[in-house]
Amino acid sequence: MTITTGKLSRRSILKGAATAVGASTLGAPMIWAQNIKDVTLRQFGTGVSNLNEVADKVKEDLGFTLEMTALDSDSVTQRAATQPGSFDIADIEYWICKKVWPTGNLQAMDTGKIKNYDKIVGIFRNGKLTPESEIAQGTAPHTVGFVEGPGGTEFVDYESGWMTLIPTIYNADTLGIRPDLIGRPINTWAELLNPEFKGKASILDISSIGIMDAAMVCEAMGEIAYGDKGNMTREEIDKTMAIFTEAKKAGQFRAFWKSFDESVNLMASGEVVIQSMWSPAITAVKSKGIPCVYQPLKEGYRSWGGGIGLSKNLTGLELEAAYEYINWYLDGWVGGFLMRQGYYSAVPETSKNYMTADEWGFWFEGKPAEGDITNPFGQVMEKAGAVRDGGSFYDRMGAVACWNAVMDENQYMVRKWNEFIAA
Amino acid sequence: MQRFLSRPTVSGWLLASPLTLVLTLFLVLPIVMIVIVSFWQATEFSIVPAFDFENYEFLFGSPVTYKVFLNTFKYAVITWACTLLIGFTVAYFLAFHVRSQTWQIALFLLCTIPFWTSNIIRMISWIPFLGRNGIANSALISAGVIDTPLDWLLYSDFAVILAFVHLYTLFMVVPIFNTMMRIDKSLIEAARDAGATGAQIMWNVIIPLSKPGIMIGTIFVVTLVMGDFITVRFMSGSQSANVGRLISNDIALLQYPSAAATAVVLLATVLIVIGLLLRFVDIRKEL
Repeated sequence: MTITTGKLSRRSILKGAATAVGASTLGAPMIWAQNIKDVTLRQFGTGVSNLNEVADKVKEDLGFTLEMTALDSDSVTQRAATQPGSFDIADIEYWICKKVWPTGNLQAMDTGKIKNYDKIVGIFRNGKLTPESEIAQGTAPHTVGFVEGPGGTEFVDYESGWMTLIPTIYNADTLGIRPDLIGRPINTWAELLNPEFKGKASILDISSIGIMDAAMVCEAMGEIAYGDKGNMTREEIDKTMAIFTEAKKAGQFRAFWKSFDESVNLMASGEVVIQSMWSPAITAVKSKGIPCVYQPLKEGYRSWGGGIGLSKNLTGLELEAAYEYINWYLDGWVGGFLMRQGYYSAVPETSKNYMTADEWGFWFEGKPAEGDITNPFGQVMEKAGAVRDGGSFYDRMGAVACWNAVMDENQYMVRKWNEFIAA
Repeated sequence: MQRFLSRPTVSGWLLASPLTLVLTLFLVLPIVMIVIVSFWQATEFSIVPAFDFENYEFLFGSPVTYKVFLNTFKYAVITWACTLLIGFTVAYFLAFHVRSQTWQIALFLLCTIPFWTSNIIRMISWIPFLGRNGIANSALISAGVIDTPLDWLLYSDFAVILAFVHLYTLFMVVPIFNTMMRIDKSLIEAARDAGATGAQIMWNVIIPLSKPGIMIGTIFVVTLVMGDFITVRFMSGSQSANVGRLISNDIALLQYPSAAATAVVLLATVLIVIGLLLRFVDIRKEL
C-alpha cells in the first residue's frame, strides 16, 4: 500500500468518504479531498484495457495517480492469485475471477456506491442481454459477479448488492479469415478443420480459450454434442482433443499462436487464412491494407468479459479513491475510448456521450459509416460506407454461444492440451 | 592467531570460502528449493507443502513425457552434429589456414559480430525469411527451382534446428579454436616428415588434440539446446514440444510443483549426459 500522506487521520477519511458519496450523486467527477492527490493506486491487467491514456485521464479528472502494469493473461492470473500485496486494483477476466476469488485476495464491492449500477448491461447483472435472451454456456459473468456479503467467498446467483468485479470491457470473438485468399463465403466454425485449408489454419495455444474454440468447431461439425462447452466432462475433452490431434497430424495447422502479435503476423503474411483471432488483431491486419474479416458464424460467438476488482488490502482513503475511480470508469469517457476500438463498455449509454453519432452508429448500432471511422489514436479504421462485421451490439452479443470459462476438469484438460501440442 | 591462519588447511579453506558461499547461495540453495517444491502439491491457485510423489508419478506415467524427452534429445543430437561440423571447420580454417595472427583475431571477431544482437532477434528474423511468401521461397520460385512454396521451411523441425545451429555454432567455434591454437605446430611437421597424409594428420593428430575443445563446445551446445524453450516455440509455431516448453506451460498455469518435478528430471538427464561425455575426455588434464 502506498500511503504517502503523513496526515491521514480517521477524520479525514470520514470526510473523504462523505464527499465521495456526495460526489457520486453528482455527474461530473470532482476533486473531493486535498489529500486524494497523494493517493496512488496500482492497477494491473491485460494490455487490452491497461492503457496509459486511461491513467493520464484519471490524473486529470480525479487528481490521483493510477499506475498501470500490462501483463499477459497467464501472468495476470498468477499475480492475482499469488501476490495480493502487489496491487490495489486487478483488471481481470471473469473466468480468471472464478479461479482467483477463492484465494480471498479481492474484496466485494458495495453496488450502493456505484452510481451507474442500474445502467450496467444485463449480461453482468442477471445474465440476460434482453429479457428474452437465453444465457450462454461457460462462465457467464453474472454467475461469478456476486457474493452474499462483503466477506463472501461463495458466488450467488442473484443481485446481492455485493459485486466481485465491475465490468469494464467485453466482446464477442469468432474466427478471422482472409477473404481474398479464401474466395468463398464462410459461415460455420467447422470450416477451421476443412481440409481445403490444410496447412493454412491456426488456433490459439492458450488452453482455456483454445479448448472453447475447439469445442465450437467439433460441435459445428456434428461430431460431439456437449452438455456445457464451458464445463466439459473428461469424455468430451478426450473426444475433442482426439479430433484436433488427428487434424494436427494430418497437417491442418500451420502454427499455433500465443500472443496477439503472432496472430497478426500469421494472418498478415498469408501463412494462415483462417484462425481463431481477437478483434484488435483483425484491426491490426486491416491497418496494413490487408483484407481481413471477423467472420460472424451461424453457431454464434465465444465471448469474454473483463472487470476490475479491488484488493482486500484497500481501506480508508484508498478504498474511497478506488470507488471514485470505478464511478469515473462507468461515467463514459473510458467506455467511449474502448468502444472506438471495437470493444463494448459496461454502460453503453454513458459512452454514447463521448462518441460522435457516426461512431456510435458504426460501432454500436451496426449502421454503415458515414465518414471515415478513426480509433482514439487517430488511425483510420474503416472508410465511409463500411459496416461492422457481425452488425449491431444486440446482433453480436445476442448471438453468444459460450463464455470463456474454467472447467471443473481444468487440470485434466490442461494435461490433454499439452499432449495435443506435443503430438 | 597468526599461526592458526598460516596453517595450510585453514588458509585453504578461507581462500575457498567466498566462492563456496556464492555458489551455495545462488546455485545450491535454489536447486534444493526446486527439489523440495517438486514434492509439493498444487491446486488451481495455491501451492500446498507436502511430501508426495504424485508429480513424479504423473511425469513418468505419461507417454507425453517420453515423447517430449525423445524430441528434446533429437534436437540436441542433430544440432550437436551440425554445429560440430561447422564449428570444427571454421576453427580449423582459422587456426591452420590463416597464417598471420592479426588476421586470425580479426576473422575470429568477425564470427562474433552477429552475437552483438539479442538471440531472440536473430531467431525471429528467420521467420519472414523462411515463410510461405518469404525471401527463400520467392527466390527459389523465381529461379525456377520449385513451382509452389515449400511449407516445411518454417514452423517445422527443420526451422527449429536451423535456428539452433545459427544461434549456437559460435559456442563450438570458440573452444575448438582455443585448443587448436595450443597445438604445437612441430607435431604436424613431424607427422608430415614421417610420411602421414593430410587425412591421417587430421585423424591422428589434430582431432585427438582438439578433443577437450570439442567436448567443452559439446557441453555448451547440448545444455543450451536441452534447456531451451523459446526457440522451439517460435520456430515450430508452437507445434512441437521439448522439455523446456513443458516446464514453461506448467509455470504459466501456476503448476509450480509439476514444473519443478520436470525441471529436476531434466537436470538429472543433462547431468547424466555430461557425466557420460566427461568419461570420454578428461577436460582438466588437457586444460
